[in-house]
Amino acid sequence: MTASDSFPASALLDVYRNTLKIKTVDEGLRRLIMSGAIHPVFHPPTGQEIVAASMGAVLEPSDYLCTIYRGLHDQVAKGMPMKLIVAEYFMKTTGACKGKGGAMHLTHPASGVMVTTGVVGSSMPIANGLAWASQIKGDGRVSVACFGDGASNIGAFHESLNLAAVWKLPTIFLCQNNRYAECTTYEDATSSKTVAERAAAYGPNMVGVTVDGNDAREMWTAMRDAVARARAGDGPTLLEANTFRFSGHYFGDQDPYIPKEEKEAEKAKDSIGRLRQQVLDSGVATEADLDALKAQFEAEFEEAVEFARASPDPGLDEIYKDIYGAA
Amino acid sequence: MSETMTFTQAYNRALDEAMAADSSVLLLGEDIGDKEGGGTFKVTAGLSTKYGERVRTTPISEQAIIGAAIGASLAGMKPVAEIMLMNFITVAMDMIVNHAAKLRFMSGGQTSVPITIRTRTGAGIGAGGQHSDMLEAWFCHTAGIKVVVPSTPADAVGLLRACIEDPDPCLFIEDALTRTVKGPAPVANHRLPLGKAHVEREGSDVTFISYGRPMQDIRKIAPRLAEEGISVEVIDLRTVSPLDTDTILASVAKTGRAVIAHEAVRSFGVGAEVAARIQEHLYAELKAPVLRVASKDVAVPFSRVLEQEFLYKGSDIEAAIRQTLEPRAPR
Ligand SMILES: Cc1ncc(C[n+]2csc(CCOP(=O)(O)OP(=O)(O)O)c2C)c(N)n1
Ligand SMILES: [Mg+2]
Repeated sequence: MTASDSFPASALLDVYRNTLKIKTVDEGLRRLIMSGAIHPVFHPPTGQEIVAASMGAVLEPSDYLCTIYRGLHDQVAKGMPMKLIVAEYFMKTTGACKGKGGAMHLTHPASGVMVTTGVVGSSMPIANGLAWASQIKGDGRVSVACFGDGASNIGAFHESLNLAAVWKLPTIFLCQNNRYAECTTYEDATSSKTVAERAAAYGPNMVGVTVDGNDAREMWTAMRDAVARARAGDGPTLLEANTFRFSGHYFGDQDPYIPKEEKEAEKAKDSIGRLRQQVLDSGVATEADLDALKAQFEAEFEEAVEFARASPDPGLDEIYKDIYGAA
Repeated sequence: MSETMTFTQAYNRALDEAMAADSSVLLLGEDIGDKEGGGTFKVTAGLSTKYGERVRTTPISEQAIIGAAIGASLAGMKPVAEIMLMNFITVAMDMIVNHAAKLRFMSGGQTSVPITIRTRTGAGIGAGGQHSDMLEAWFCHTAGIKVVVPSTPADAVGLLRACIEDPDPCLFIEDALTRTVKGPAPVANHRLPLGKAHVEREGSDVTFISYGRPMQDIRKIAPRLAEEGISVEVIDLRTVSPLDTDTILASVAKTGRAVIAHEAVRSFGVGAEVAARIQEHLYAELKAPVLRVASKDVAVPFSRVLEQEFLYKGSDIEAAIRQTLEPRAPR
C-alpha cells in the first residue's frame, strides 16, 4: 500500500475541516467568555484539536462517544450542531441539554455524543456498556471513550480495560495525553513510561498504541486501525494520543506549573499550520477553499451565537422535569 | 393449598419472565451464570442456560458492572445488574449517583437509564460490618433513582418486574436473612406499580409504616394487638423513593398516630423523612409524637448477642405502638 492509499487526501481534508471547526468554536467561546457574555467553567481543548478531528473523521455518525469535561473538540468532531453547543454554554433552554447539563456535560445522542462526564475516568465504564449493546445487537457500531492521562490512574480505567478485553468489546479507549492532570505532571503521577504500554496487562485481546496525536497522518491511521479492529469483532484498543494543552486546565488558569520552554517547544511545532500546509501540498484544496471553509464555520458560529442570545432561559418549571420518565 | 414460593424463587421468576418477554433484558453480575453456580444466592440459577449470552458473568468490578449496565441502557437495552451484597455498591457510587440517577436530568431528557440494580443485604446472619448494611437512605437522597424493597415473595415478583420495565434506574433490595421464607406465589406475569404504597391492613388507632423485613414482624404483632382492641393500619411502602406521601397522609389523617420502622440505622434515615412529612402536613391532627423504630447507630457487629442488640426488634415495634396510645395531656 502506498502512503497516499493508507492516508487518502480526502481524509487529510476531513481532519483539517474538523480541526478548523473545533478551532472556530473554541476561539469563539473564548471571546464570549472574555467579553463577559457567558460564564461557564470551561476546560479548553486548545492544542488537542487534531486528536479529536481525526477521531471524528474516522467515526460514523452512528458510532458512540463518551467524553469528558474537556470535550468540546470531541463533540464538535462527532458532529454536534454548533447551535446546540453554544446555546448550552449560554445556559439557554434551546441548548443541547436545555441548559440543565452545561459545558461539562454536553449530550446529543443524535450525533452519538452519549455522555460527557465531569468525573475523571467515568467515560470508560459507560462506553463499554454501549459497546456491549452493539456486540449483542450486532449493529457494527463502535464506542469511543475519551479520557486524559490522569484518568489512566483511576480505578475505572483498570476495571474497564479488563472487562473490555475479557468480553472483546468494540470499545476504543482514546487517552488524550496532554502531559498534565490539572497541575500534576504525567511523570509525577504515572508509574509507566506510556499509557499504552499498560495494554499489555490486559492480554492479547487488548492492543496498545501510542501516536503523535497532533500529527494527522499518525492519528487518523491509528484511529482507523482501532475502529476497523473493533468493527471486525477483534476487540478493544488502548490508543494513546500524545498532545498538549495550551490554555490551562480551565479557562483562566495561567499554568505557571508548565515550564516556559516546554510550551514554547510545543508552540514551535505549529501542528495546525503544518496540517494546513499538508492539505495545500496534497492539492485536495486551495488557499481559497480553506479560507472559504473558515468563513463558513465563522458564519455558522455567529449564527449560533445569535440563536443563543435570542433564546430564553429555561422556565423555572424545568427544575422538576426530566427527573423520572413516564412509566 | 395454593402454590407457594420463597423470595429467592420469586426473584428468579421475575427475571425469567422479564427475559422471556423482552429480548433487550440482559443480566450481568459476579458469579451469576450456571457455570458459577447460578449466583451466590442462586437467584439467577438456570437463566444462563436458558438465555445464553444475555446472561454475563463479570469480573469483580462493580464500577465496570454498573457502567456497562448504564451504557447498554443508553443504547436501548434493559440491563439488570446484580451487586452481590449491598456494601459492595459503595465501590460503584459514582456510576449510580453521578451517572445513572442524573443522566436524564443533565441531558435535558435526551437520554435515560432504564437499569435495575439488584442487591441483597441485612443483618442477623453474623456477617459483620461490611456485609450487612441497609444503605437505602443513601440512594433515597439522590433524585432520579427509585428504591424498592419487597416484603413478600409475590410482591417481589411484581416489583422486580416493574423495576425492569421502568424507564428509570431502580435499586431493588433483597433481604438476605429471609430469602428462604415462603409466601403465596402470584399469577404469571404479575406486576405492581412503583411509587405506590400498599395499605395491607386497615385500622383506626395507629398507622404503622414500613418496608422489607419489619413488615414480617408487624404481620404477627398487628393481629395480636387487635385482640386487645388496638387497631393498627399497616402500610407497606414497597417503593421507598419516590415516597408515596399521599397514602401515608391519608392514613395518618385518620388515625392521628404513626410509627415508622426500618432495619437500617436510625439517624438521618427513611424514618426521619417520613416523620418530617407527616408533621409538615398533619401537625394539628397528630394525637402523639411520630415514633421511629430502627437499628442502632453503629456498625453491624459480628457477635450474635451484639448483632441482636444492634437490630431493631419486634418488641420495639409493639412498644412504640403502645407508646403512641398512652394518654397525654391535651395540647
Ligand atoms: C474522580 C475525580 N477526581 C478529581 C477530579 C478533579 N479533576 C478534574 S480534571 C482533573 C485532572 C484530570 O487530568 P487528565 O485525566 O489528564 O485530563 P485533562 O484534564 O488533562 O484533559 C482532576 C483531578 C474529578 N473531576 N473527578
Ligand atoms: Mg491530562
